[in-house]
Amino acid sequence: MTERRQRQGDDAERATRSDHVGGGHGREDGGGSAEGALPSVQETAVESQRRKGDPAAATRRDVLFAIEGLSVRYGSQPAIENVSFDILENNITALIGPSGCGKSTLIRCFNRMNDLIPSASVEGHISYHGEDLYGPAVDPVEVRKRIGMVFQKPNPFPKSIYDNIAFGPRILGMKDDMDGIVERALTRAALWNEVKDRLDENAYGMSGGQQQRLCIARSVAIEPDVILMDEPCSALDPISTGRIEDLMIELKENYSIVIVTHNMQQAARVSDMTAFLMVALDDQEENPRGRLVEYDQTEKVFTRPSDERTELYVTGRVG
Amino acid sequence: MRLPGSQRVRLATAGARAETAGALTRQPAGERSRSYAFHALLLLTISLAVLGLAILLIDAFIEGLPRFGLDLFTEGTSSLPEQSGFLNAILGTLLVIGGVIVMTVPLGVGAAIYLEEYADKDRWWNRAIELNVQNLAAVPSIVYGILGLAFIVRGPLDVGFVVLAGSITLSLLVLPTVIIAAREAIRAVPSSIREGSLALGATRWQTVRRQILPASVPGIATGVILAISRAIGETAPLLLVGAAVFVSFNPSGFFDGYTVLPVQIFTYFSRAQDEYIVLAAAGIIVMLALLIAMNSFAIWLRNRYEQKW
Repeated sequence: MTERRQRQGDDAERATRSDHVGGGHGREDGGGSAEGALPSVQETAVESQRRKGDPAAATRRDVLFAIEGLSVRYGSQPAIENVSFDILENNITALIGPSGCGKSTLIRCFNRMNDLIPSASVEGHISYHGEDLYGPAVDPVEVRKRIGMVFQKPNPFPKSIYDNIAFGPRILGMKDDMDGIVERALTRAALWNEVKDRLDENAYGMSGGQQQRLCIARSVAIEPDVILMDEPCSALDPISTGRIEDLMIELKENYSIVIVTHNMQQAARVSDMTAFLMVALDDQEENPRGRLVEYDQTEKVFTRPSDERTELYVTGRVG
Repeated sequence: MRLPGSQRVRLATAGARAETAGALTRQPAGERSRSYAFHALLLLTISLAVLGLAILLIDAFIEGLPRFGLDLFTEGTSSLPEQSGFLNAILGTLLVIGGVIVMTVPLGVGAAIYLEEYADKDRWWNRAIELNVQNLAAVPSIVYGILGLAFIVRGPLDVGFVVLAGSITLSLLVLPTVIIAAREAIRAVPSSIREGSLALGATRWQTVRRQILPASVPGIATGVILAISRAIGETAPLLLVGAAVFVSFNPSGFFDGYTVLPVQIFTYFSRAQDEYIVLAAAGIIVMLALLIAMNSFAIWLRNRYEQKW
């Protein structure tokens, strides 16, 4: 058994490595192994940790977002309650948990997208590099320039591929060398070679995976500090998913990434830290709201969780 | 009995196929005739609508065609019906409609942007505005004529019986239609586009200006075309705000006296001589030609914009 696991691990590593070198050939499957049984999330987490090296490295970073006692409600309906944890710089932080536990609500607090929903109210504190994100002098537009977001469904603008990338830089007043900005953003999103000959074509003509990478390129083009991803691969096939995961691992050198995902394997594969949220009820068994159950290094969350509910969820027995 | 594999498969497929065919043709006879009856009813309604329009048009063409010619477009009004053309009325219509476009498009689109993108729908005044816009679209045009006479020709604005008075009155008349159509077009832009733009650090105005408006231009243009077509055909309010029944000069600007095609046609039809009846029928053809020309131009403009992305 150990031998087999070892072999699979090697395969997975080789596949991933050749992928990086080749600049995005299709991965065979989502799990990392082409033949034989698919690895469990625990195996994936251990394997991905082995590739990353020192497991404690993920926790020796500066704090990016310090979340303290965060509660969000829509009207009178609570969405998340009393969530506190620190998200660290240059990490990929995964938010996992069952539907309705407030993962998307939480991630939308980081770039103040909840401001757009009139009924949403946010209590508690989020500081970003030590600054209060919800301070009275903070302009949400400025926040969103530094903290980009990629959505669940690819949402390219109904414009050419070029104009999709150039939109952000243009509104921020970057005028010089737009061609260079577009090329760099597309290259970083591993899309340049596929689209360099059809930059003036409508972005709606691209495949779903390409559209999502275009959206990532679009947020990279304005040189943000953080990229938030709200289930970026849920509408994509495994090959496109694999490419976006590789891309995230590359982008993490320069950016901090927070990702919401329903896919355990994905969280285990790409993330350094994982936060597990779960729906809780109040005393009257009503008003479901999300609460943070566990936040730790990904490998620990998946193999040695400290909370029983986490273990049940990551092993697929509840949720 | 044991059959070879391939034969067994073939038998099984044949059986399945027979059963499927049976299930597919099992539709009851009553169901089918009801479906035919409904189809026939739909055909009847559309033919009645088209037939009514066709009779009107054919009648106008038969009556007016003998008098129809290029001189109708180049000659002004004359005291002799045989020499009369519609040039004065055509220019009057173009001027009035030009004024309507200049006034309604910015106002209508602006109001629609406010109502869709900025207004907080929980506030009572925004809901009141919304309700009123919808009600105003249904107010009879003669009411706008009286309003124009009282407030624009006389009263506070006091511009007199001039082109501008006609433009303002018709603008008030079609503005609700333009607002409603523009709102529909803006609402049809998916909210993911708004979110995508805002998430890149665009302000609300940048999002409207660079994403929402370009994406909704085709829809807005369609609404404007419909509203303008209605304005071209309006007679009653213009009779009240000074479209004269006999004008033998070309209007030279927005502060000049004027007449418009439908008013001219209306006047000719109410005269006794047969020559004027024929002239009026020919006028209908002229007006249709003008309408088709203007709409085609607008549609061409819209399609050109659509192809850009």
